[in-house]
Order: sequence, then structure tokens, then C-alpha cells
Amino acid sequence: MAYPTNYRYTKEHEWIDAKGGTATIGITDYAQSELGDVVFVEMPAAGTKLTAGKTFGTVESVKAVSEIYSPATGEVVEANAALQAKPETINSDPHGDGWLVKIKLANPVEVSGLMDAAAYEAYIEEKKKEASA
Amino acid sequence: MESVTSPANSVLRKTPLNALHRRLGAKMVNFGGWDMPVEYPSSGGLVAEHKAVRNRVGVFDVSHMGDIRIHQAKETGGALHAVQHLTMNDASKLMIGQAQYSAMLYPKGTFVDDVIVHRLGTDDYLLVINAGTREKDINWVRQNTGGFDCTVEDLSDSYTQLAIQGPRAADVLRKLTDASLDEVKNYWFTHGTVCGLKNTLIARTGYTGEDGFEIYIPADIATSERVWNAVMEAGQEFGIVPCGLGARNTLRLESKMALYEHEISDTINVWEAGLERYCKMEKGEFLGRAALEQARAAGLKRTLVGLEMVERGIARDGYRCFDTNGNAIGVVTSGSPSPTLGKNIALAYVPPAFANIGTTICVEIRAQSCKAQVVATPFYKRTRKAVAK
Repeated sequence: MAYPTNYRYTKEHEWIDAKGGTATIGITDYAQSELGDVVFVEMPAAGTKLTAGKTFGTVESVKAVSEIYSPATGEVVEANAALQAKPETINSDPHGDGWLVKIKLANPVEVSGLMDAAAYEAYIEEKKKEASA
Repeated sequence: MESVTSPANSVLRKTPLNALHRRLGAKMVNFGGWDMPVEYPSSGGLVAEHKAVRNRVGVFDVSHMGDIRIHQAKETGGALHAVQHLTMNDASKLMIGQAQYSAMLYPKGTFVDDVIVHRLGTDDYLLVINAGTREKDINWVRQNTGGFDCTVEDLSDSYTQLAIQGPRAADVLRKLTDASLDEVKNYWFTHGTVCGLKNTLIARTGYTGEDGFEIYIPADIATSERVWNAVMEAGQEFGIVPCGLGARNTLRLESKMALYEHEISDTINVWEAGLERYCKMEKGEFLGRAALEQARAAGLKRTLVGLEMVERGIARDGYRCFDTNGNAIGVVTSGSPSPTLGKNIALAYVPPAFANIGTTICVEIRAQSCKAQVVATPFYKRTRKAVAK
């Protein structure tokens, strides 16, 4: 799966799609593949303050609980309610319908400091090399 | 999110099928110091593997488990005496070709390990033990059989062990062996030729709650891969898939089978774990017996119960349990979504007062209280007749 070139990425495998003062956040295709079938998602309510680098929710597979780290500082505008009934959307469309939260950015400039698609792809290639014998 | 899988690590132990699992694209994890497959994306992943075993057949590499042989060629009974001393079940009841679930206990009545004891011959026993406790167990056995007339052999590295599990397991294995599988009842075993390998141990045992077999073949890589591939090929028509430790855990949890360091450990005794059925106090002396008598007289302080989540949330290993007033009462030993039931289930230790079916227990899930209720176990029990699906 291609990594959208207009998104930015974190080392913890979150993506952020910033447009002006708001942004959408999710986990990457690599992340959902590592996690396996998602069975449960827990996201914060609208109004919750997020801090860049701090955890704000969890995505769970049968086997594992994965904490999600916020790529940016801001306030939750909306959590993806559809994921409650269909958490598997994160697996099938991690960069689109599998989005986790929409936020109002505190510092829109902050996002440009994150990895772009090319840098993230190089980063996960390294990860894959480490993982294979 | 933090990384879930482990990178290749030369410090981790490997089974003979390690390279094969990696070639199949398995997700590998560190299990008790072993580099093991947790799931195979090519199988469809954990849930697909779990359902395959419940409905059809799956194959697991369980070579990381250990094998200790206790025998006495002169057939003096020394090996039986040693096994009786070491384990809580009554090995004297075993016929040749029969196996039993049992455990080795510390003098204080708590678990060294759980074990399946196989009677191979007149005075010849094979103990199959857990992967994470291999060294501890062999040392324990050697230390505690010095006074007995028997020979102890660590055969753990001699075998590749494959578990073929599911309603179609017998159909698969039948294509590969001359042994008459219909005559091998549950928890019995035989020896036969499997994939041309003579005198192969074939046991009707497993850790999934389904019908199935465990076969013990030579541990060289070439043979191990050849037999694995033969099993996969024989199983194609039945929809066989390779299965990893992830599905192994959800399968055994649904069937309420204990996992060492979770439901059983060196701080938990036999009565608390609910394993009295496998503990034959009447057989005479064995390690741990005196402490168990005292514990039985003193009464249960905690007991293992099954939980089903009522409120939204997944109870997991180590999460704390509270009563509805917020008092801490116990802990979850194993918890996970149940692919078969479509519910989130768990096993937990709580005081006997909370053990009645229907009791509400609160589980602390990341600083939030989520309600669960006590349910009957096992959570899943297979139907007697295999149904072709």
C-alpha cells in the first residue's frame, strides 16, 4: 500500500493529515499489519486535549494492546465512532476510513517536523530488515 | 504504537522449523526465550487459524516443549516410584500406551510445572513439559530422583513435535501413517510409521480442546521440514492451515486449560487452580502432598473462575479485579477476545465468596472499571461427533 505523500508520519507509526488548523490522525498500513486483526478501539471524547508524543488511546488486536501516540498537540474534535462496530476498518483502510480522531491543531507548524512519506517508507524498510533473519 | 513483533535475535532459541516459519512469512515473537511463530498472515492470521482448528484442522510446531524420559531397563519399578514421587496424579493407573495430565509440585504444594505423563513401557515413562521451564524441570527431576533406581534422560532436543488439531486431524494423519488411529483413544498413544519414519510416537493429546494428535519426529531440519510439508499437503483437501502461538492461546483459554505462570505457578496450589481431579492424594506419598493436606484443611482463600465481560472492554493477563464497592479482590490470569464465542473472556483468581456463577466482578482496564460476570467453564466444549464443514 502506498503512503499518501501529503501525510506526515511518526516513528510510532501514526500518520497525520493536516489541513490548515485541523488534522486527521490514524495508524499506518505497517502498524495495522504488525498488529493483526483489530478487535477493539478506544479513543478520547471530543474536547480532550492531546499532547504531541503522549498516548491518547488504544487499538487492540486479539493478542495485543497498542497505545497510540499523538503526532501533534491539539484538541479532539471528533473520534471515529464507526470503529466501535467495525474495528476491522483499520486493517482494510488504515489511511482512509480507518482514521482514529480529527483534531484542532494547537501549533499547525509542528506537523512539518515529522517524517514525510519517503522518509517513513525508508524507516519501515529498516524495521523490516531488522525483523527478518 | 509500540512494536509488537521481535526482530531476529541470535540469542533466542530456535526449533528446527524456524527457517520454514520465516519462509512462510510468520510473525515471530519471543516466547519464553524461543523465537516462535505467533501467527501466519498467509493463514489469515490468529482468528482464521483459531477457527480453522475449531472447524477443520490446523498444525502447530510445538518443538519448544521439553521431553524427559524416566526409565529402568531392569523393570524393577524404580522409574514408576520416581514418577509417583515427582507427580501428583497416579501413574500406577497407566497402562502401556496411556497418558495422563499431571503436575510436579514443590514441597509447599505449588506448581513446578504441569506435565503429560506417558507410559512407554513396563517401567518407562515420558514426561512432556513446558518450553519455558525446560531447564528448571530437568534439574528438578534429577535432584529429586537421586534415591530412586532409574535413569533420567533429557530428550528435549531430540524431537520435533507437531500438533495436528481439529475435527479433521485424524483424517489428515491417517493419510500419513500405517497406525490404526481409530484405536487410539483420547489421552492414549501408539507408535507407528509416519511419513516413512518408523516407530514414531503418535499421541492423541493436545492443548486446543479439539480432537487431535501430537507426533514426535527426529529433530533434524530436513526431516522436520519434510514431515511438516507432508502434513500440510495431506491436509489441503481439509483446509489445513499452519497455526501459531496466538491461536494456541485463544484455543486453550476457551477450553480452560492452564498456562504456566498464569493459572498455575510456584505460588498457586492445586486446590486454588481447580485441578483436584488430577491430584490423587490417596496414592500415597508425593512431593507436595503434606502441604496440600494442610491447605485443604485450612480452606480456600482464592479460586479460579471464568469471566465474561459485560461492559465494553477486554480483560487481559494481570489486570486487577474489584468488587462492586471498589475493593481489590483478585487478578486476571489470562484474558482475551474469544474468536469462537465472540465475547471477551478471562480466567481470574478471586475469593470463593465471589465464585458463584452470575456474580458481578469489576476488571480494571487502564484505570477504568469494566463490569464482568462469573460464568461456567470451560467456555467452550467440543461436541462429541466431528462435523464435516
